[in-house]
Amino acid sequence: MKINHPLLGPRNASEFTILGDAKLLQRPNTPERDQARVFYEYLYLRDNPIGQHQELWFHEQGDRSWLIVSRDTLTHEINNVELASKVIKKGQTQ
Amino acid sequence: MTQKNRIDGGLIDRNIPLNFTFDGKKYSGFHGDTLASALLANGINLVGRSFKYHRPRGIFTSDSSEPNALVELINEDTKEPNSRSTTIQLFDGLTAQSQNCWPSLKYDIQSINDCFAPLLTAGFYYKTFMWPKSFWERVYEPLIRRAAGLGELAPSTDPDHYDRGYRHCDLLIIGGGAAGLMAGLVAGREGLNTILVEEDFLFGGRLLGENEEIDGLQCHDWVANTVKELEAMPHVRLMPKTAVFGVFDQKTYFAIERLSDQINSVGPRQMIWEINTKHIILASGATERHIAFGNNDRPGVMLASAMRDYTNRFAVRTASRVAVFTSNDSGWLTARDLNQKGIEVAAIIDIRKKEEHQEIAKKNTQIPIYSEDQIIKVHGHNRVKAISLLNGAKISVDSIAVSGGWNPSIHLTCQHRQRPIWNEVISGFIANEAELPSGMKVAGAAKGIYATNLVLQDAMNQANAVLSELGHAPTKMMIPSANDDTYRGKTFWSVRETKQRAWVDFQNDVTTKDIRLAVQEGFYSVEHVKRYTTLGMATDQGKTSSVIGIGIIAETMNKSIEETGTTIFRAPYIPVAIGALSGPHSGKNFRPTRETPSHPFAVEQKAQFVESGAWLRSQYFPHANELHWQESVNREVLATRNNVGITDVSTLGKIDVQGTDAAAFLDKVYCNTITTLNMNRCRYGIMLREDGIVMDDGTVAHLAKNHFIVTTTTANAVQVYRHMEFCRQCLWPEMDVALISITEQWAQYAIAGPKSRHLLEKIIDNDHDISNSNFPYMACDEISICNGIRARLFRLSFSGEMAYELAVPARYSDALIRHIHEIGKTFDLTPYGTEALGVMRIEKGHAAGNELNGQTTAGDLGLGKMVSKKKDSIGSILSEREGLVDPMRHILVGVMPCDPQQKISSGSHIFASKSACTPSNDLGYITSVAYSPMSNSYIGLAMIKNGTNHIGGKLRAVNLLQNQDIDIEVTSPHFYDPKGERLRE
Repeated sequence: MKINHPLLGPRNASEFTILGDAKLLQRPNTPERDQARVFYEYLYLRDNPIGQHQELWFHEQGDRSWLIVSRDTLTHEINNVELASKVIKKGQTQ
Repeated sequence: MTQKNRIDGGLIDRNIPLNFTFDGKKYSGFHGDTLASALLANGINLVGRSFKYHRPRGIFTSDSSEPNALVELINEDTKEPNSRSTTIQLFDGLTAQSQNCWPSLKYDIQSINDCFAPLLTAGFYYKTFMWPKSFWERVYEPLIRRAAGLGELAPSTDPDHYDRGYRHCDLLIIGGGAAGLMAGLVAGREGLNTILVEEDFLFGGRLLGENEEIDGLQCHDWVANTVKELEAMPHVRLMPKTAVFGVFDQKTYFAIERLSDQINSVGPRQMIWEINTKHIILASGATERHIAFGNNDRPGVMLASAMRDYTNRFAVRTASRVAVFTSNDSGWLTARDLNQKGIEVAAIIDIRKKEEHQEIAKKNTQIPIYSEDQIIKVHGHNRVKAISLLNGAKISVDSIAVSGGWNPSIHLTCQHRQRPIWNEVISGFIANEAELPSGMKVAGAAKGIYATNLVLQDAMNQANAVLSELGHAPTKMMIPSANDDTYRGKTFWSVRETKQRAWVDFQNDVTTKDIRLAVQEGFYSVEHVKRYTTLGMATDQGKTSSVIGIGIIAETMNKSIEETGTTIFRAPYIPVAIGALSGPHSGKNFRPTRETPSHPFAVEQKAQFVESGAWLRSQYFPHANELHWQESVNREVLATRNNVGITDVSTLGKIDVQGTDAAAFLDKVYCNTITTLNMNRCRYGIMLREDGIVMDDGTVAHLAKNHFIVTTTTANAVQVYRHMEFCRQCLWPEMDVALISITEQWAQYAIAGPKSRHLLEKIIDNDHDISNSNFPYMACDEISICNGIRARLFRLSFSGEMAYELAVPARYSDALIRHIHEIGKTFDLTPYGTEALGVMRIEKGHAAGNELNGQTTAGDLGLGKMVSKKKDSIGSILSEREGLVDPMRHILVGVMPCDPQQKISSGSHIFASKSACTPSNDLGYITSVAYSPMSNSYIGLAMIKNGTNHIGGKLRAVNLLQNQDIDIEVTSPHFYDPKGERLRE
C-alpha cells in the first residue's frame, strides 16, 4: 500500500505507523465541569464507519510528519492525504 | 540408463545432456526437461504415494496444478519437501526422492490404510477421535501427527537465501501463453512499459504442447519469434519462472520468481517481487480437469493436455497403448498427436453422443471410438493394465488420457471476495467482469475463449483498451491467422455406475463417495463440504479437483452449479515458502542490530552482551577468575558504590526540544511542572498516557534559554518521540516548539561513585568548576573536555551515588571511553553493565520497565504528588478516575526474603501467610529481583494491594512454576541510602 504524502509524494506504507481515528485531534479544552466524561468520550468512543474514514498516520521512517489520511474502509482506497498540523491551523483561523 | 521413452522432436536441447538421481538411481535427461518429463523419458511413472491411503501415484499433469508427483529435492543434508516435479526445471546433479512411502515407493507399509478405506471416509478424524478426552494428547495426536503431513522437513537450516524486489510498470501481463504474448506484442510495439510474467521457464503456455499453426508457422516457432521480438524491446521486461500469487490494494501484485530450483544455489534461490502497475491483463489460461471414475488415480492416468505436452514439447512416449476418456474435444487432439508420433491409441471413449463429437471425429479415422460410453473401472495396481467400459468391453492399455473440460484460471480475479459466474457453454467458471480488481482485464482462455485465433483477437482487444486508457491510438497490427476450433464439450463430473472408489482430489485422497456422504450428513454449503472432506485443501489447492467437487455436490443436491457456488479464493495462488516471504530478513538480518557507541571498547573488555530492544548493551564485564556472572555483577556494584564505575547510557532516548514555547509544551506532555525549572538544572519527569497510566519517565534538562534536552527509557524512545510529535503537530501546532531525536547523535556515559568528581576533573577543561557548591545534584551545563571538545554534563544519578552523565557528539565516543578508561586507572575505574545498573536501581527503588508496565499510575509508583493539578497535561484528568485512585490498588513496595539467602524470583505472586493460593487471595506480584551486595540479601520490588499498609509486615512470595513458597518481609522500596545523601555529596 502506498500513501501519497503531501510533501514527498507516494511513499510505501511500511514507512508509516498508524494511530487510528483522526478524532484524537479534537482533544477537549479542559472544561470546568464534567471533565472526566468529556475526556472519556474523547478517548474511548469511536465510530466504526463503512466507507470514508479519517485516520492518523505518522511518517516515522520519513519526515516525521503526522498525516490525516482519508481512506475508504470498504475498498481501502485512499482519497486524500493532508498534513495534520496544516488542517488544524486552518481550522483555528476559521 | 538410456532414455528409453525419448522420441523425436520436442523443445529439448539434445546437445546438453543432464544427469540426475531419483530414489538413489542415476538417470539422464536434457536441457529443457522438467524433472517429470525426464522421469517419464526414463520410463518412470510411479513417483509417490498418496496422503491418506498411501496409494501409488504417477505424474498426472505437466504444470503447477500437479496433485501427485511431489518429491523431496535433496542436497547433502538439506532438502525441500513437496516440490512439484512437473515444474522443476531439470539441472545437472539434481537429486530427488519420493515421499510419503516406507520402506520403498513400490512396497509401502502404510498402504495398509487403503484396506481400511471404508473406515477412513469423510470426517474420519471428527468421528473417530472423539473420546475418551484424555486420549487426545497422549494417543491420538501423536498418532495423527506421525501419519499425517506430506514429505518431511529437513533437519537443518535452509542454506539458501531469498530476496525481495520492487518493480513498476504501465502494464502487467500475467501469463505468457498465446494471449499474454499477443498482448505483450501490442503493448510493446506501442512503447508501453510492460512486464510479462510466466510461471514456466519457457514462454508459450499451451502453444508449447499443441500441434497447430499460427501465421503459417508451427505454433512453438511463432512463440520463439515473438519472444525474440519482445526480448529486444528495452521497455518490455520478460519474467519467466515467475508466478503472480497475490492481488493487493492499489494495483499491487506479488509474484515469486524461482531463480534456481537448486538447493544451496549461487545467489538468491527465490525472489518475491512487489509489482506496482497501472493496468493488468490477466492471461493466465485454463487448467484441464479430469473425470472421476473407478480407480482413476492409478499411475498411467494423465490429463489429456499433459500427455500432449509430454509428447509434443518434451518428446516423451508416456505410454505404449493409450485409451482416451473425454467429455470434450481435448481428448481427441491427444489421440491425434499420439497417433502422429506412432503411439498406439487403443480407444477413444467419449461420453457424448456420436453426433456431438462427429466434427472432431473426422480427423481421427483410424481409432476405435466408443461414443456415449464411460470407463467404469481401471485395472492394475502400480500401473494401469486395462480398463472396463460401461458397455462391458475390457480393453488392455497402459495409460489413460482423460479430459473433463477446462477451468479458466480465474484465481487472481477473485482474491477480493468476488464470486465467479458459471458458464454452461464452456462448462467452467469465469470471472464476473463487473467485479474485477481495479485496472484488471482478462484475456483469452482465462475468460473461457479457447480457439487460438479468438484468443489472439481478444488479447489484442484488451491491449488496445489499455492503450486507449493511456491515451495511445490502437495498434495497427494484424491478428495472426490461427486455429479456429471452438470448444465443444459437455459438462460431466463422474461415472456414477462405478463401484470402485473414484478420486476427485488426488492429493488429499477425496473420492466421490466422500463428497456424497458429506452432503448426506447435512453439509450443504460448499465451504463446509470442503472442510469436512478436505477437498481442495492440499498444496495444489484443488486446481484440478475443486470444480469437479462442486459439480458432484450440485448433482447430489439436485441444484445448479450457480446455486452451489464456489469456495472463496485466497492468496497465494501457488504455494510460497515462508523463507521466500521473509526474504533477506532472517537470522542475524531479521532486524538491524544497534550497537552502542562504546561497543568496540566493550568487546575488547570482553563484555557479555544482552539484547535490549534492537540494542546490544554490555550486560557485565567478567574477569578471568570469576566463575559466575553474579560474582562479576557484585564486584561491579561494590566498585561503583565504593569507588567509581562507568557505563554507557547512550541507548536512553534523547530528544532536543527548542522554541519560545518549549517549557510550556513540556508542561503539557509531562504531568509534573517544567516551567518552574531553572536554567542549568534538571528535573525528573513523568509522562502519562491520556488514560492516566504512566507512559514513560526520564529527565528534563534546561540547558539554555528555550532549549531543553529530555531523556526517555531505552525501550520507549521511539514511542515517546512519536507521541511528542503527535502532541506538537496534532494537538498544539500553534506552539513555537521544535523536536528532534538526538539519541544517536550524542553518546552519553554515566560516571558514578564517590570518586566520580575527581575523575571528571581530570577530563573536563579547567575553566569549568564542578565542585558540589557550583555544580550540585541535578545541575547541567554545556562544557568542553579534553582541550575544547564540546560536551554536556548532567549531574544525574540512577545508581544513587554521586554521579554524572557526560555526553559528547557520537564521533568522539570511542576516543572518550578509551581516554576515561586510561585516566581512570589511577582511580580504579570499573566499567559496569546493565546487570549492575539494574541491581543499583533496585537498591534505590527506582521504577523501570518492569514497573512502568502499562498498568501503573504515578500514584501506584509512589509518585502521585508529581501529577500537577494546576495545569492541563496529557492524562491529568483521566488519572483522577475512581478506579485509578482506589486505595486498594497495587502499590510499589520493597520485599526481602526473611531468610536472606533464599532466592525470590520476579513474577512470584504475593499471598498472606496461611491463605490458599487462589486468585481471590492474590495480593500482588514481584516485578524486579536482584541480589544486593549492599544488603547481603536478595531484594525485590513488588506491586502489592494497599502496599504501603503492609510495610513492616510478613507475606509470602509464591511461584508455583518453580515450586517456591517463600516468607518475605515487606519494606520500603528504598533499600539503600533512603534519604539520598550520597548523591548530593
